[in-house]
Amino acid sequence: MNSAKYDIIIIGAGPAGISAAVLADQHKASVLVLDENCAPGGQIYRAIEKNQKSDNEWLGQSYQDGLPLIEDFRRSRVNYQHSAKVWHLSGAKAVHYSVNGKSHSAKGGQILVATGAQERPFPVLGWTLNGVMSAGAAQILLKESGVVYEDAVFVGTGPLLYLIVHQYISAGIPIKAIIDTTPRGNYLRALRHSFGVLKNTKNIFQGWRWKWEIIKSGTLYISNISDVRINGSDSVASVEYCQRSKWKNLNCKQVFLHQGVTPELNTSLSAGCDKSWDARQACWTIDVDQYGQSSVDGISVAGDASSIAGGVAAAQRGSIAALNMLYNLELISRGDRKVLSKPFKKKLSKEMAVRPFIDSLFKPHVRYRTPQDNETIVCRCEEVTLAQIKESIGVGCKGPSQLKSFTRCGMGPCQGRLCGLSVTEILAKELEIREEQAGYYNARPPIKPVTLAELASLDET
Amino acid sequence: MFKSINSNQGELITIYFEGKTLNVPKDYNVATALLWAGVCDFRETTLNNMKRGPYCMMGVCFDCLININGMDNQQSCTIQVSDGMKIKRQVINSSGKK
Repeated sequence: MNSAKYDIIIIGAGPAGISAAVLADQHKASVLVLDENCAPGGQIYRAIEKNQKSDNEWLGQSYQDGLPLIEDFRRSRVNYQHSAKVWHLSGAKAVHYSVNGKSHSAKGGQILVATGAQERPFPVLGWTLNGVMSAGAAQILLKESGVVYEDAVFVGTGPLLYLIVHQYISAGIPIKAIIDTTPRGNYLRALRHSFGVLKNTKNIFQGWRWKWEIIKSGTLYISNISDVRINGSDSVASVEYCQRSKWKNLNCKQVFLHQGVTPELNTSLSAGCDKSWDARQACWTIDVDQYGQSSVDGISVAGDASSIAGGVAAAQRGSIAALNMLYNLELISRGDRKVLSKPFKKKLSKEMAVRPFIDSLFKPHVRYRTPQDNETIVCRCEEVTLAQIKESIGVGCKGPSQLKSFTRCGMGPCQGRLCGLSVTEILAKELEIREEQAGYYNARPPIKPVTLAELASLDET
Repeated sequence: MFKSINSNQGELITIYFEGKTLNVPKDYNVATALLWAGVCDFRETTLNNMKRGPYCMMGVCFDCLININGMDNQQSCTIQVSDGMKIKRQVINSSGKK
């Protein structure tokens, strides 16, 4: 098999991947960047080059801040392959990917997984109906194509929810209502971490400004709710929410859900990287050392793909990981690694200082992480309900892998990405064990669905 | 309904959905183009014949699967539209076979 060889292969062209690529290139490493999207930027800076030409100022400063990074990346000698679907990463540092239905392989001296985050599943009754999308999807439609939905209802919690709502309002798109699911107790819990906020007031002020401007805009803002569900037969007819023990109904045709983001796990896990349960973020994180090195030799994980800390932190973590990989490749000395990583570590620690506050404030309530209603679909692909999962547990199912054989939960095309976290927490709750004990699905290649023709198209010698 | 707030849509190309002609911006992906054209029902599920459409728009959820040029299971949010593309709702026929 013909494998192209590189010093460093980076999976993902978001802030972490791009920062790492640019720095590695400056130090004369040969770099291949593989990315699923058609242009660099990841989710946070999606379509930034396209939007540069327009006067879409409602996208906000934090978005525009990403442009210099993308420009540096475009100017570098990095080998950049867009629209590349990585379907295999082996512990032996081999990567298989396909572009336009044709497979390729590459070998790297060092591999960096910088696949970013995905939105946390929001398994409430009716979340599979047509007309329910994630708020991240609303933002992608807006950023990439300027496509919006008027009079939609936004439901959930987290900085990204406020950001997209703020962007909608700034662009003059009417919103029917915002249903804020942030648990009341979170404000108090977050206050305990306010010391960290002092180290990075900019982020917090920006967040409050978004929220203040949303409320000031006169958009219907509903908070202090204890439950939510979406009604409709084929598509959305209304959202119902429970406020002070009373259910209220809100007619609408489009709902955007969001309750935070979680690391993209499948790539790292399939390569054998160790993971841990993070109780504060209520999700799995990939174990890495201070340089982003995972438990698998030669494979590093940086940015939100290891644990959630946002785009600015991702850029720092990408740079730090790049320096470590350069050191491993003997392209820089140990001393250089230490000295050169200092400014990135300093900026990173500023970003990290505010995380305990943000994580505590926006930790979604357990009732939205694990469904309450037995009829709620947990696994969207295989249409497995909470009732079916409970029934399997009742007859002896002990973990996610067994649950697959019992119910096919997690066996559809999304490969557990939209149900895995819920399944961990449901098992932990029902079996009265810790999430670590409940475990997660075993991620195995191919980590993205591929056709046999795609597999067969691999170059052979 | 979804609509565009961009004053200039750029070049439009022709695609077909269920035989119907749609003129859509050239730089849209298939999922965006269909949503913009008012289509939100992309497929029915294999088990309960539930109607589904895009959920995440970033290649994670696989709910936007659709038939493109005769091929089922195409991830429409990750594929750019191209001139003359023939798109069909992905359905299970009465024999239970796709």
